[in-house]
Amino acid sequence: MITLEKIRQRAEADARTYGYYLNPDVDFLQSLLEGLKKNEERYGYPSCPCRLASGIFEFDRDIICPCDYRDLDVAEYGACYCGLYVRKDVFKGKTPLQPIPERRPLEKQLRAYAASSKTEIHKAEQSAAAPPKDEAKQPEMVKKLWYCKQCGYVVFREDPPYVCPICKAKREMFAEIKIQLSLVG
Amino acid sequence: MNKVKVPGKNKEHKVRVYALSTCVWCKMLKQFLKNNDIEYEYVDVDLCNEKEKEEIKREILSRGGKLAYPTIIVDDKVLITGFRKDKLREVLAI
Repeated sequence: MITLEKIRQRAEADARTYGYYLNPDVDFLQSLLEGLKKNEERYGYPSCPCRLASGIFEFDRDIICPCDYRDLDVAEYGACYCGLYVRKDVFKGKTPLQPIPERRPLEKQLRAYAASSKTEIHKAEQSAAAPPKDEAKQPEMVKKLWYCKQCGYVVFREDPPYVCPICKAKREMFAEIKIQLSLVG
Repeated sequence: MNKVKVPGKNKEHKVRVYALSTCVWCKMLKQFLKNNDIEYEYVDVDLCNEKEKEEIKREILSRGGKLAYPTIIVDDKVLITGFRKDKLREVLAI
């Protein structure tokens, strides 16, 4: 079982790598770490403690800490959505920490709610010993290959990242890699 | 739905809170209401079953809110998204 200390170390290491700080309020930080621990225990991954997760990895991937929105929120508001990662001026108390508006697209949130219902329907079907229907009842999600035009980083996912994790280029710098197969007899 | 009622001397408004059990902003809001002795009711949405979550989602969206927590509904009229002390003070007149 994951310990609070391990979660703290992981967050500290990530903050150091990206030049951020952890929330300076000891109680606030402790609560956040406990929330992350609880989510890791119940979902198997540390999704954001301040967002409702679906429990399905593919649906929650963008809100697994550090979430996809962290860099943009820290840059704009001085802290990430839950307040775990903060900018230097917030850490030093020069800028007050305010609630951060949600920038996660509504369609992703809605899909998470719908996902939960789908899981329940699926479970109900199974318990009714119904013959297995097509296995393709997976989330409707089309993954693509994206590359960063600045550094060449390649990622296989639904959308390009908001910020390149390697060179910090913005989302606009990502382009889709299209693969064409042609069979010539 | 597991609604928890928190007693308080100030019963002037009907205050309902949708929260997450792990969310720190939600905890701060609950503490704020308690410190101001306001009676309120809360539901931890992450601990609800899927049907209840759907119900909550529908209610929040139908009131023009965002699916973000905490969401506070005062007197079935005003919806506040997030722990906004300024708005809460204004609406609850505290």
